[in-house]
Amino acid sequence: MNWIDLLGLLRIALHAMVPITLTAVGEIVTETSGLFNIGLEGILLISAFVGVIGAKIGGPAAGLLLGMGVGAAIGFIFAVINTYWKGTQMVTGIGINLFAMGLVAFGLIQLGAPGFHAVPRDVQLIKWKTAMGAMSPLILVALLTPLLIHWFLKHTRAGLILKAAGEMPEAADVAGINVNRVRLWAATFGGALAGLAGAYMSVAWIGSVTKDISAGRGFIALATVVFSGLNPLLALLGGFIFGFFQGLAEWVKTLPSKPIPSQFVSMLPYIVTLLVVSGVIGRVRFPKALGEPYKRE
Amino acid sequence: MSENDVKVQSKLLRGARRTLTGLHPALESVLAALIGLLIGALLMYIWGYNPWKAYWALLQGAYSGGYEWASTLSRATPLILTALTFSVCVRAGMFNIGAEGQMFMGAMAAICIALFKLPVGLHLLVGLLFAAVAGALWSVVPAVLKVTRGVSEVISTIMFNWIARWLALYIAIYILVDPSRAEKTLTIPVTARFPILMRGTDFSYSFLLSVFVALVLYFVLWHTTMGYEVRAAGLNPTAARYGGIRNKRTMIVSFLLGGVTAGLAGAAIVMGMPPSYAAFGGGAFPELTNIGFDGMAVAMVGRNHPIGILLAAVLFGGLNAGGRVMQFYGSNPVPLEMVRIVMGAIVLAMSIPELIRLFPMAKAHGQRLIERLRRRPATKEGSA
Repeated sequence: MNWIDLLGLLRIALHAMVPITLTAVGEIVTETSGLFNIGLEGILLISAFVGVIGAKIGGPAAGLLLGMGVGAAIGFIFAVINTYWKGTQMVTGIGINLFAMGLVAFGLIQLGAPGFHAVPRDVQLIKWKTAMGAMSPLILVALLTPLLIHWFLKHTRAGLILKAAGEMPEAADVAGINVNRVRLWAATFGGALAGLAGAYMSVAWIGSVTKDISAGRGFIALATVVFSGLNPLLALLGGFIFGFFQGLAEWVKTLPSKPIPSQFVSMLPYIVTLLVVSGVIGRVRFPKALGEPYKRE
Repeated sequence: MSENDVKVQSKLLRGARRTLTGLHPALESVLAALIGLLIGALLMYIWGYNPWKAYWALLQGAYSGGYEWASTLSRATPLILTALTFSVCVRAGMFNIGAEGQMFMGAMAAICIALFKLPVGLHLLVGLLFAAVAGALWSVVPAVLKVTRGVSEVISTIMFNWIARWLALYIAIYILVDPSRAEKTLTIPVTARFPILMRGTDFSYSFLLSVFVALVLYFVLWHTTMGYEVRAAGLNPTAARYGGIRNKRTMIVSFLLGGVTAGLAGAAIVMGMPPSYAAFGGGAFPELTNIGFDGMAVAMVGRNHPIGILLAAVLFGGLNAGGRVMQFYGSNPVPLEMVRIVMGAIVLAMSIPELIRLFPMAKAHGQRLIERLRRRPATKEGSA
């Protein structure tokens, strides 16, 4: 292995880190407020798809914005069902995932070939030429967002309100905080970040959209949230670890000599996720009211 | 909100509750199904299809005659089994979304019986046994991780689904591959196939297997101590523990039961689905993919009750069978994927508890809005 190969691996890892970190940080905000959105996988899938449509209409920035908007809309619907309508969060999440699987497969057929749609090169987000090769600008976004959210959660009043809604909604309510509204905005924000991550995958990274483009990343992001214990900075680290192993899998596949069958290489990110999650779980403490709808007595 | 409005709203809610007690769960499932179909119709309309024609084709293709019913029940067969996987774990208070992977492993294990010869009947039973054991084994690790390390089963089972998918692909391409046709696995020998129930259709005795398994699970869950413990642990784990129920054991038991049924679902597909009687690794398993996920929708609409699941599976089997007709229906061919959109929408609607209450709520909101609109012009006139 020479240095060029290693740099290539690092480049893939950084690119693979972006969707997981963004999604995980969004979910950290959602979970801090007391909602548990397992529909992230579906949000990634749908926004990857609508991102392509947006990019074809108005360029890459429009694609990313549309993906973000649709992600936020799904997060909003999820939150309405699970705050004002007292829904079952797991079931809503599963519903979003099923719906997304159908919608994207259906939409791809409408766009032409079933199962696959390439993004024209001229509407893909440009990559910066750096010493390490072409890098997507969104890597910078993925590096900065966790810092920003960390500051927001630790040092602002709004961050404290968010925590109160997740830890002790009754007390928050008594203090004059509208718990349901806080959760609504938190889940919308989480959905928006997942939407950005999804649109990034198709418009700025892979350059095509398939019906399983998300490939479990929504759930890997959930695992990253568990790993981080709701600390955005650790989510950045976790995202990098998972991104690294995904990059490693991609990179091993491109090697001319095939040391391991590609199917086993493809399993690697999922196995690593399992190992990491089962390794750290004991020390993690989640918000007390996570997953429970808030009902006023 | 004024005092009067509160009164009106609570009256509406009480009325809705009173009339619907008893009928409630089944009615809600029907309502959710209708909402799902409505959302599907809306999307079809947006995309330029004619929803009425499409649903008419679907209905015709699913329930209009003997052949159509056979096709519907044949599609319902594996869905019943994967739905049972999900519902057993929900009854125990867990969300096992690993039916997909356990089913893949069951199917691969069932195909293993193509490697040796046995007499008719015994061969089939051995195949089912292989599949059940493989499904159970694939569910053991998430169960143990949940019990010993507290790993969320949602994450671990999804990871196992992806691992299973790649492992099954490897097995299908390198180990159980058909030497003459590289895109498919070995074919299940005639001695191990489920006999066809209705000539000229793909409806086989595997349907009876899934009904049998559903009835057995009903008996186990509602008429044995073990089932009682599983349900008690699901309803209130703390109380169950004080009552002397070993929660960890019931968790593992329910996961194993789920694994067995999911494995059998894989076997029902490869051993009971003409004409291929094999899995197609070349096309990334079109006949197996998503049966596990669709099963979750079936379980929720069936209210996680074996009998409800049988009924819900007839609906979803019909959607799948009718969807196949719908996608080739003359001037208005709607892709089969629309069916999964409808399923997702149904599950979304199912996640709203007491769905029925949304209607009085919407009515109250609407009335308030109308009142406000009426009042506004009036005040304007007054000021002028």
